[in-house]
Amino acid sequence: MDFEFSDEQKAFRKVVREFAEAEIAPYAEEWDRTHEFPTETVLKMGELGLFGLPFPAEYGGSEADFTTLCIAIEELARVDQSMAITLEAGVGLGINPIAVYGSPEQKERWLPDLVAGRSLAAFGLTEPDAGSDAGATKTRAILDGDEWVINGSKAFITNSGTDITSLVTITARTGQDEISTIVVPADTPGLTVEPPYRKMGWHASDTHGLRFDDCRVPKENLLGERGRGFHQFLAILDDGRIAVAAMATGVLQACLEHSVAYAKERTAFGRPIGANQAIAFKCADLETMTEAARLLTYKAAWLKDQGLPFKQAAAVAKLYAAEAAVTATREATQIFGGYGFMDETPVARQYRDAKILEIGEGTNEIQRLVISRGLGLPVER
Amino acid sequence: MKIAVCAKQIPDPATPYELDPEHHWIVRPDDQILDDTDRYGVEIGLQLAEASEGSVTLFSMSPAGNLQGIRQALAMGADKAVIVSDPALKGSDALVTAKVLARAIQQEGFDLVIAGTESTDGSAGVLPQQLSELLEVPALTFAKAVEHDGDTIRIHRQTPDGYDEVEATLPAVLTVTAGVVEPRYPTFKGIMQAKQKPVEQLTAADLGFDATEVGAAGSAQYVRSVTPVPARQAGEIVEDDGEAYRKILEVLEQAKVV
Ligand SMILES: Cc1cc2nc3c(=O)[nH]c(=O)nc-3n(C[C@H](O)[C@H](O)[C@H](O)COP(=O)(O)OP(=O)(O)OC[C@H]3O[C@@H](n4cnc5c(N)ncnc54)[C@H](O)[C@@H]3O)c2cc1C
Ligand SMILES: Cc1cc2nc3c(=O)[nH]c(=O)nc-3n(C[C@H](O)[C@H](O)[C@H](O)COP(=O)(O)OP(=O)(O)OC[C@H]3O[C@@H](n4cnc5c(N)ncnc54)[C@H](O)[C@@H]3O)c2cc1C
Repeated sequence: MDFEFSDEQKAFRKVVREFAEAEIAPYAEEWDRTHEFPTETVLKMGELGLFGLPFPAEYGGSEADFTTLCIAIEELARVDQSMAITLEAGVGLGINPIAVYGSPEQKERWLPDLVAGRSLAAFGLTEPDAGSDAGATKTRAILDGDEWVINGSKAFITNSGTDITSLVTITARTGQDEISTIVVPADTPGLTVEPPYRKMGWHASDTHGLRFDDCRVPKENLLGERGRGFHQFLAILDDGRIAVAAMATGVLQACLEHSVAYAKERTAFGRPIGANQAIAFKCADLETMTEAARLLTYKAAWLKDQGLPFKQAAAVAKLYAAEAAVTATREATQIFGGYGFMDETPVARQYRDAKILEIGEGTNEIQRLVISRGLGLPVER
Repeated sequence: MKIAVCAKQIPDPATPYELDPEHHWIVRPDDQILDDTDRYGVEIGLQLAEASEGSVTLFSMSPAGNLQGIRQALAMGADKAVIVSDPALKGSDALVTAKVLARAIQQEGFDLVIAGTESTDGSAGVLPQQLSELLEVPALTFAKAVEHDGDTIRIHRQTPDGYDEVEATLPAVLTVTAGVVEPRYPTFKGIMQAKQKPVEQLTAADLGFDATEVGAAGSAQYVRSVTPVPARQAGEIVEDDGEAYRKILEVLEQAKVV
């Protein structure tokens, strides 16, 4: 058994931390306040090679393992979840389907810019009436000659409306009991990107509803095999769960660091608040949760990198880490007292941002469903 | 253009430095990082090399340790490194360090040598000038902007009031200030490639020095005593009764900042 990251992974973690501290942390409060998607910063993340980490060198990628990607996501989340989800969704939901299911022509066409971080891709699975039950998708795509004609709508799609979004991969019904995956370039007539949502957190992350009105794309934009859409997105979501767990780990780490520092520095009744067991023990719990989340996350990432089954481990990691992150942000906010309730306090932002970790890419309930089915229990979907 | 960049490995300034009690030399752990001030030299070196289809070789003298600091500079894109690491060098002062580095650089050949203006752990601020003397080439120092055109190198030399324009023909020594360029972050690809890049480790003897010429024996400079920095005094608090600005101006004038 070996719990050590490689020297290269450690060196890379340092670089990403330095990048996050210098290029993201000083501005995160402002982006949160103004709901600004910082395109320039995302392009810098691209220059650092973050979007290309796990992809083949022939498309400009770094051929890093999944563990290394998780390290980058964790380090970004430690200072700002919005930028972490921009990377996580960009890689896991945006690029991954094309890298895994794309034809050589599709890869040639889309991957170089996406991998370099010059453009972003989004993945449109969720619909206003189909979230956890994503198989209930109502969006339809009908083949008309050489074109798919798409009608329907998608909800809550990350990275779908930025200045650098080049495409959205969507799931659509292509027959009675048939779901397929289709690539829709961002500028396609008939695709409407709706105004951004007013979100509780992740203010600097780009999220839109999408509408398709007789939106036509070439027949060749079908991604992978017709009718395989359901299996494709389930597999994509398994990877995504580990990456979201890595995000939650970064959030936990941030809560731990901020809380311990504040508990030492803030005084009340003539002593640091950390001299009270009530506060010190909260910090001890934060340390414990952070450590547990990190172990579960990197165990799942390691299983995936070894080519071993990881579905159960991914669901366990995502469930635990997301719940722990929500608890940790609440407790850290408590340690900060009244200042914790101020929007500009980093743990306050983390508190608002953390809740979605229990909802996106499979809710807590869906994770429990996956885990209990993995235990062989006859629970229904 | 063949570019030599000085890259000093130093103990992480974020960790407390340890001095050996007898000689007051810095105890150098296995984990040393690239001196932050040398990141600017590496970046300028890479940019000049990219523009001239040249190469960047790093030169360093220090206990090699795990070479983490050197690998940092290689991960940014430098082509290779030469590190002089030898117990015989223990206690070498700045001039001896310059002699050692000069010989290593000479042996490799160079058009331009780039260094920082002063290291973070030693802060002598003399080594590059010593290098220029030993290599018998001009020194362009305190560059805040650098331009290269054929055989000519032109800089803006930082002065208290602005800058001087200074020019020299190659070969030359150049020192760069922080802020001359924005150093790039190493990418993961860069970090992986750094593992494969050549790192040549030399001893003093490899460079033709005998034991009396280097180390404490060869050095005229030694550290007589070390005194801890006095604890910072509490600042003066000026209550504003409408006239506080006078008091503040007075203090600023005394400190000669206005
Ligand atoms: C900021 C943000 C970004 C997002 N980004 C994307 C994106 O990029 N792409 C994308 O496709 N989607 C995205 N989503 C959508 C997200 O994945 C869904 O919101 C999520 O899967 C839940 O679906 P829903 O909202 O329809 O909730 P529902 O499925 O309606 O769930 C409502 C509640 O019922 C529970 N529930 C549902 N079914 C069961 C069951 N069988 N057993 C027990 N409990 C159940 C759920 O756990 C939940 O608590 C994003 C959402 C947000 C808020
Ligand atoms: C008392 C004493 C004991 C010492 N003991 C040792 C020892 O045991 N082992 C040992 O290896 N060195 C030793 N040194 C050398 C020391 O670490 C410095 O390298 C040397 O004194 C230069 O001084 P500085 O760092 O203040 O240089 P500065 O003149 O401030 O440096 C300017 C620039 O020169 C370059 N530079 C300086 N030093 C180096 C270097 N070593 N390698 C690459 N580039 C460099 C950097 O670009 C730096 O920014 C010792 C020095 C002294 C004074």
